[in-house]
Amino acid sequence: MKIHEYQAKELFRRYAVPVPQGGTAATVDEALVVAEAIHAYPLVVKAQIHAGGRGRGGGVKFAANRDELQQAAGEILGMTLVTPQTGPEGRLVRRVLIEQAAEIRQELYLSLLPDRATATIVIMASSAGGMAIEETAATLPASIIKVSVNPLQGLQPHHIRQLLFGLDIAPDRMKEWSALFSSLYRLFVENDCLLLEINPLVITGSGSPLAVDAKIDLDGNALFRHPDLRKYLDSNEEDAIEARAREYNLNYIKLSGNVGNMVNGAGLAMATMDIIKKTGAEPANFLDVGGGATAEMVEKGFEIIASDQNVTGIFINIFGGILRCDVLASGIVEAVKKTGVAVPLVIRMEGTNVEQGRKILAESGLRLTIAVDLADAAAKVAEMVA
Amino acid sequence: MSIFVDQSTRLLVQGITGREGQFHTRQCLDYGSRIVAGVTPGKGGTAVSGIPVFNTVRAAVAATAANASMIFVPPTFAADAICEAADGGVQLIICITEGIPVLDMLMVKNYLTLTKARLIGPNCPGIISPGLCKAGIMPGAIHRPGGPIGVVSRSGTLTYEVVHQLTRQGIGQTTCLGIGGDPVIGTSFIDCLEAFEQDSSTSGVVMVGEIGGHAEEDAAVYVKGNMAKPVVGFVAGLTAPPGRRMGHAGAIVSGGRGTAQGKIAAMRSGGIHVCEDLGSLGEFCKEIFSRA
Repeated sequence: MKIHEYQAKELFRRYAVPVPQGGTAATVDEALVVAEAIHAYPLVVKAQIHAGGRGRGGGVKFAANRDELQQAAGEILGMTLVTPQTGPEGRLVRRVLIEQAAEIRQELYLSLLPDRATATIVIMASSAGGMAIEETAATLPASIIKVSVNPLQGLQPHHIRQLLFGLDIAPDRMKEWSALFSSLYRLFVENDCLLLEINPLVITGSGSPLAVDAKIDLDGNALFRHPDLRKYLDSNEEDAIEARAREYNLNYIKLSGNVGNMVNGAGLAMATMDIIKKTGAEPANFLDVGGGATAEMVEKGFEIIASDQNVTGIFINIFGGILRCDVLASGIVEAVKKTGVAVPLVIRMEGTNVEQGRKILAESGLRLTIAVDLADAAAKVAEMVA
Repeated sequence: MSIFVDQSTRLLVQGITGREGQFHTRQCLDYGSRIVAGVTPGKGGTAVSGIPVFNTVRAAVAATAANASMIFVPPTFAADAICEAADGGVQLIICITEGIPVLDMLMVKNYLTLTKARLIGPNCPGIISPGLCKAGIMPGAIHRPGGPIGVVSRSGTLTYEVVHQLTRQGIGQTTCLGIGGDPVIGTSFIDCLEAFEQDSSTSGVVMVGEIGGHAEEDAAVYVKGNMAKPVVGFVAGLTAPPGRRMGHAGAIVSGGRGTAQGKIAAMRSGGIHVCEDLGSLGEFCKEIFSRA
């Protein structure tokens, strides 16, 4: 679960991680009030959307005085911000963060994330701040310090020393920076983060740390023990259909193609998208109704894909297994009748009672193409989109 | 004859009194698996499908000599259930549960290194040695006993698809298992490939991967250096957009890494026979395995 920069900084404050003085605004008037309260120009105005690369798209602006602030806030609020991470459609900016511009001596990079292969928490730091870490890894690999922490043991003094000496922190500032690393590790673990990234982490003129940026991804599966973090969920940042699908416990991701598809199980769903692509068409979505899908979930899933205006054909691929195909077929027939969908439909199903299931589909009076196996289905999808 | 489970497997089911636990206990019993005990705290002394239920794993193991556990406990309590099984002396733990927090699994994985237990999953369909033991939620009927092929996969229904195609080609299986769609899992591709290589009744392996992480790349290196038996590979997610989690928590392309294209290339350079067309995977396997 992604959260906004200003929300991540709220968490930072709670853990005494230094951040610039600032506040958020949803209107230009509010922005002026926030600026008044900070009362120390220059200020920086930052668009709050769930995507990186905001500066490059014009979503981050400096203001040397009140007039410039008014202009910057006016330009950013309500803009459709396009960054390398938003896709060409961009994202509407509903809120800005206004902060005192930092006095920068040096920019560092710092991140924490779980490493799936070694089952450790990896802290990565680099003296090349402001650059994407992938870029640093390619151009300045020697500048990257990587510390692996066993979560059973937690962050140890020797881990911290690796960071302090690796980043060349001034001896008289080491205490302050040690506290910073400890706080960030605690924040990461206590809030079930999947990513915590500060880029840039600034060394100020006096040698102190300052988190000028903040990016946090939380583990949605751990929200049950963090009821206070639920408030950070911003449904405005989600595609409306994706949000609706989530309410039904369906995994739906909107894509830009024209062949809608519904599959049970994530792996088979990805493989089905790949099959659609091989026929020369593009998948309109990813939709996993779950390995243990019920007829009702299939019905809901069908509603979801049918609501996408770009869809000109639908491919349903269900490997029944424990879900019986006759039950499944009845669910599909119900759903097609209810939604009155007009686009052609290819259905492939396999599993228990498959013959009865196919009979139900064939006798439904609906215009359905039934495929006997995956190879047959691929051929029929190709025909459908031709 | 198989890896990890066979006719000597004495299964216990953690979370046996829940809806899923009851249903799949019945299914596994019908398949012929030896389920000897169930565990649900507070329900000790009752029974499910004639199977005695205990309050703790330790009590269940003491009374029934169970040596493997299948876990259907909800994600909130699943990490604890895995550790309880390991502490209780169970050697093989199969965790079906989806949605366990990543940090919980980091702890569990490190903890298990201190024990002798092997974990399969979580977020997996389980494991089946056709005709001998089914410890999972897969439909038993699609499998064909007698071998000689092993199947290992990060997925559930995609594994069923692959197994079904093998069976339709007349190719039986020694053991089929899903290692799980989560980022942090117990048993890896390499663990399974190593076991299949050593299993005298297995003559080839089908390995089904998907986007995210670098387990397929690691496995490819292992195959190149350590395996004599032929390995057929498939990778799902060629069309997956970057930065999005594709259903499985572990299926995500981030920072240009973990792509299906990259995995396929790595697997090919490791000598794995990669099939890019799922529709013809069964025929592809027949062709490759008949050469050996």
